Amino acid sequence: MSVEQEKTNENNDDIIVIKDLNKWYGEFHVLKDINLRVKKGEKIVICGPSGSGKSTMTRCINRLEEFQRGSLTVNGVEMIEDVKNIEAIRREVGMVFQHFNLFPHLTILENLTLGPIWVQKKPKKEAEATAMKYLERVKIPDQANKFPGQLSGGQQQRVAIARSLCMNPEIMLFDEPTSALDPEMIKEVLDVMIELANEGMTMLCVTHEMGFAKKVADRVIFMDAGEIVEQNTPEEIFNNPQTDRLQLFLSQILDH
Amino acid sequence: MSEKPQVKSSPSFFNNPRNRSIIYQLLLLFGLGYFFYSIISNTLANMEARGIQSGYDFLFNTAGFDILMSLIPYDATNTYGRTFIVGLLNTVLVSIIGIILSTMVGFIMGVAHFSHNLLIRKLATAYVETFRNIPLLLQIFFWYFAVLAALPSARQSMSLGEVIFLNVRGLYFPGLTPEGGASVVYAAIAAAIIGIFVLKRWAKKRQDDTGQQFPVLWVSLGMLFGLPLLALIVMGFPFAWDIPYLKGFNFRGGITVIPELMALALALTVYTGAFIAEAVRAGIQAVPHGQTEAARSIGLKEGKIMKLIIVPQAMRVIVPLLNSEYQSLVKNSTLATAIGYPDLFTVFVGTTLNQTGQAIEIVFMTMAVYFVVNMTISFLMNRLNSSVALTER
Ligand SMILES: Nc1ncnc2c1ncn2[C@@H]1O[C@H](COP(=O)(O)OP(=O)(O)OP(=O)(O)O)[C@@H](O)[C@H]1O
Ligand SMILES: [Mg+2]
Repeated sequence: MSVEQEKTNENNDDIIVIKDLNKWYGEFHVLKDINLRVKKGEKIVICGPSGSGKSTMTRCINRLEEFQRGSLTVNGVEMIEDVKNIEAIRREVGMVFQHFNLFPHLTILENLTLGPIWVQKKPKKEAEATAMKYLERVKIPDQANKFPGQLSGGQQQRVAIARSLCMNPEIMLFDEPTSALDPEMIKEVLDVMIELANEGMTMLCVTHEMGFAKKVADRVIFMDAGEIVEQNTPEEIFNNPQTDRLQLFLSQILDH
Repeated sequence: MSEKPQVKSSPSFFNNPRNRSIIYQLLLLFGLGYFFYSIISNTLANMEARGIQSGYDFLFNTAGFDILMSLIPYDATNTYGRTFIVGLLNTVLVSIIGIILSTMVGFIMGVAHFSHNLLIRKLATAYVETFRNIPLLLQIFFWYFAVLAALPSARQSMSLGEVIFLNVRGLYFPGLTPEGGASVVYAAIAAAIIGIFVLKRWAKKRQDDTGQQFPVLWVSLGMLFGLPLLALIVMGFPFAWDIPYLKGFNFRGGITVIPELMALALALTVYTGAFIAEAVRAGIQAVPHGQTEAARSIGLKEGKIMKLIIVPQAMRVIVPLLNSEYQSLVKNSTLATAIGYPDLFTVFVGTTLNQTGQAIEIVFMTMAVYFVVNMTISFLMNRLNSSVALTER
């Protein structure tokens, strides 16, 4: 069955569907029966203590991690052991990492045009025009010809966001995008993310920035020990935690 | 002038660190100068006492000894000057063979370290650990005395299709003698090489303009082999085979690789290859895994990730290491003398020096050669290096 046919077979508007997903690292059960549905345009914030599996779950969505049991469907394409499907899914999903992971041997502009040129097979001029458009959106068009090492952390992370956006993704994944940044740079990155949210991008964001969660999240997911323990609106999660585990977690992150 | 805060000058001239360092350097210079002066004047005095003239006139005298292998016509009636050229060419030959083969072996073994196949991984590790840790001289002896000397005699030669022969006296393979029309084949080879450059530029431009990719590698390979092949067929193979044949106790005709060259080239290749494998492994490992993940997340295929992300970054670690490996290989080739391969060291510093006694001239000329060869390698590798280097703040 072709990728296109599979797309039409899925007849609901959930862009991500995760069913009973389980993952082990050897003996260690990292993800336990994860069930999650994300609507198109929905903004989800994932929080939880260190080691709870937030990154692992997020990285399963674009197949940076494999899983052993359950199913995962992105934009109607099922994640199976087939390069075609994996590529189709990765084309729809952008990802921003904690440590930016820009390509240090390429200029900012080349970082942005690499995907469009080699994956989408766009002409160079067109790819560069798109890249400049997104660099303007993240407010650093003047850095286009510099190398990543010449930029500040906040600027690098904004470039990383722009690099993903150049691929025109349906979904953006963020894995602690601000945790490697100095406080004064966190805001410039969050501002870009808020703008992106307001434009209707589907977003899954692992973060401990509770201000950001309150401002943009439709739903906050609390994970602990490989499970989704609670999920609700930001107000309910923060003001009315149902479990001891969430209460404990909130008291810990609000402490400092 | 900018007003840098000056360190208060010390009361004594000798306690000033700057003055001190200048004085020490001057003393060292004088010391070294005196050292070399005394050595050279001593040697000159000795040579005079023994009636040896200094100068380079000896280069024009008849050598009177044979050399095992020569890339240019040479016999005992030629001059000492010619023995220099013969030795130099033999050194260059074994160095080029060693550099090319060790690079191939090193890259294959370095990449094998990351194979998904456990057996291949273990093999690569075993190779590196074994050959890196055994003295090179011992390895040369191993190939020469243990492996090559154990080969069958000429009459019992191992052969490949009765055209390539291997025996205790060497490796024999067919030579090609060009006949009329051969120049067309050479022209085809040149055309293929030029064609590849043109193709590369055209493919890049087309991709820039339209986004379409072109399989440059495969088409280039096709051209490189196809064009000369076509020329060969059209011209009716304008070469005569010079196939080695057994005459008496030995082979005649074709091209001969003497066991000394084989042993030395093998040892240099295998030994240096182990170090290059380590350099390649280090280079690839130096690229953080996050780079691969970021590349995957924008949808690049594994082959493209290797070509566009991993290799360019690994090269900035590998190239400087390659430079010093190549230089070591050239210097190590002087171990040729242990098995009698007639390289520059064996021929010139060995036999020629022994016969003429012109120690200073000969050692100086030979040192200059290795210096120039290695500076040339450095120059080329530095140019390669600056093309892979990173711009950072
Ligand atoms: N490659 C791996 N091999 C074995 N265990 C791993 C591996 N990667 C992660 N783990 C384990 O899986 C668990 C979940 O890791 P994960 O990175 O998803 O946590 P996280 O919730 O993102 O934590 P953090 O907030 O620290 O980023 C952790 O206990 C971690 O030690
Ligand atoms: Mg994490």
